[in-house]
Amino acid sequence: MPTTASSEHKDPQSVGIVETKIARFDSLTLDNGEIISPLEIAYETYGVLSEKKDNAILVCHALSGDAHAAGFHEGDKRPGWWDFYIGPGKAFDTDKYFIISSNVIGGCKGSSGPLTISSATNKAYRSSFPFVSIADMVRAQEVLVSSFGIETLFAVAGGSMGGMQALQWSVAYPEKMKNCIVMASTAEHSAQQIAFNEVGRQAILADPNWNNGMYEDDTKPSKGLALARMMGHITYLSDEMMRDKFGRKPPKGNIQTTDFAVGSYLIYQGESFVDRFDANSYIYVTKALDHYSLGTGKELTKALSGVKCRFLVVAYTSDWLYPPYQSEEIVKSLEVNAIPVIFVELNNPAGHDSFLLQSEEQDSIIKDFLEFTDDPDGVIYG
Amino acid sequence: MAEGKNGNHIDIDVSERPDILYIEKMIQSGQRVLDLGCGNGELMYLLKKKGVRVQGIEKDDECIIRCVKKGLYVHHGDIDDGLAHHLDQSFDYIILNQTIQQTLNPGDIIRECLRIGKQVIVVFPNFSHWQIRVSVLFSGRTPVTKLMPFHWYDTPNLHFLSSQDFENFLEKDKIKVIRRSFFNEKREIKILPNLFATLALFVIQAGN
Repeated sequence: MPTTASSEHKDPQSVGIVETKIARFDSLTLDNGEIISPLEIAYETYGVLSEKKDNAILVCHALSGDAHAAGFHEGDKRPGWWDFYIGPGKAFDTDKYFIISSNVIGGCKGSSGPLTISSATNKAYRSSFPFVSIADMVRAQEVLVSSFGIETLFAVAGGSMGGMQALQWSVAYPEKMKNCIVMASTAEHSAQQIAFNEVGRQAILADPNWNNGMYEDDTKPSKGLALARMMGHITYLSDEMMRDKFGRKPPKGNIQTTDFAVGSYLIYQGESFVDRFDANSYIYVTKALDHYSLGTGKELTKALSGVKCRFLVVAYTSDWLYPPYQSEEIVKSLEVNAIPVIFVELNNPAGHDSFLLQSEEQDSIIKDFLEFTDDPDGVIYG
Repeated sequence: MAEGKNGNHIDIDVSERPDILYIEKMIQSGQRVLDLGCGNGELMYLLKKKGVRVQGIEKDDECIIRCVKKGLYVHHGDIDDGLAHHLDQSFDYIILNQTIQQTLNPGDIIRECLRIGKQVIVVFPNFSHWQIRVSVLFSGRTPVTKLMPFHWYDTPNLHFLSSQDFENFLEKDKIKVIRRSFFNEKREIKILPNLFATLALFVIQAGN
């Protein structure tokens, strides 16, 4: 929906005040044959869908993200997670494009997931919710996109887990998109990435309140989830970034909890995360990530042989969670298939989180890439 | 400087680059081309406008951004470790325009290019140009010229070769020469090229 900026947010480059909506569908059959019914998808849109319905861009969020990608919810001080890039005149220009951002299924921010109330028990599914794969999340997004009457997306874009979804889109629905933007991502998790997620999941499983996932709202496995988030945060930053930001400085607040500033930062991140995220969802989503695989080398080349869109793949030198070699593997597999692809490795010091941060280079690369989709003075090869 | 819809599409005046115009003329629409060390993408842009299916590799950050501005498909990376995935004979042409002297192992790169390309176009500054010879002889210093405007301490060029050196390499490796052309800043050079050309261009292919 087109939105108008309130008096609070007069920035002409902001999409202004937005709200999350819920779309409801009968059901969705998952990869493993199980059925989610009804299917609910939380989403937001920015900009205006053109008459031909050919200007829609789907942005896919990362692990702990949600449908709120840009602008402000009423009363919020901080904008959505990709506000630097979505808005009038920005990389995903809402004057030109219609942006859709939806919350993944299996998550806990409004789409069907472990917190959904089961009609059979009148209680939340919790850990009895079916296993959801990345392909399932994408299948649900396709249902949402189709409900707008959109046959072909102008682009699908995302970073980290969002990048894996964008990649999966290109494989699952090659005819339904023109451009694919994959940032700080991979075609499959390495043992190291699985290892970090495993430690996070084990922290939740070790919490005395875990109760096999059938916990109540007032007795959640908060400590375990906070530890999982602390672990995650270590991997999102780079050594350089941590050194600059924290060094060996003392903590803010109570010295009994931690001796160092980096410790108090992680504790704060962990504690604030438990207020906005569900432990079961954390397990569902990280498992979906770990199980996703388009393969490497020849397998990946084969998996990508049917894709039809152009690609922009962005990696970050300082990203040690999703190192550039994983992006380059996707690029090489596309190149072998003669798929048009731009690969850029940005030397941003912020580590894995770089794709979320403001960067002029990143802004212009995305803008230029989208600009040349129907290049009049050249031939798209492929 | 020509202006495109996204700003500057052309960063150099190609009328002063007879080698670039020569290559542009040689390659036909629809052919598949890989430009190794494509710089700001001037040649790729000309080829793309002609309908050539061209992609490039470049390691310089700013060059990559300028290529993206021209709507070109570029791979940000190093040629020295970025070619192995390409299938045999998957390109009509591989272009090494003033790139080969900057790679670590030029011999290996050329052999790899002959594997993935049906033909390989190699352009390099000719180190036996008379001005360079005179400069070394009389000044006793490593020459700094328009085409090689660097000092010994800041040059990206790791190797210096003459067109005669390249001929000897091709002969030793039994690489076939399809054509050879020589240039100065303005035009093609036909007489005594090893002495008068600032740039040497070879089109080569594998086998005898």
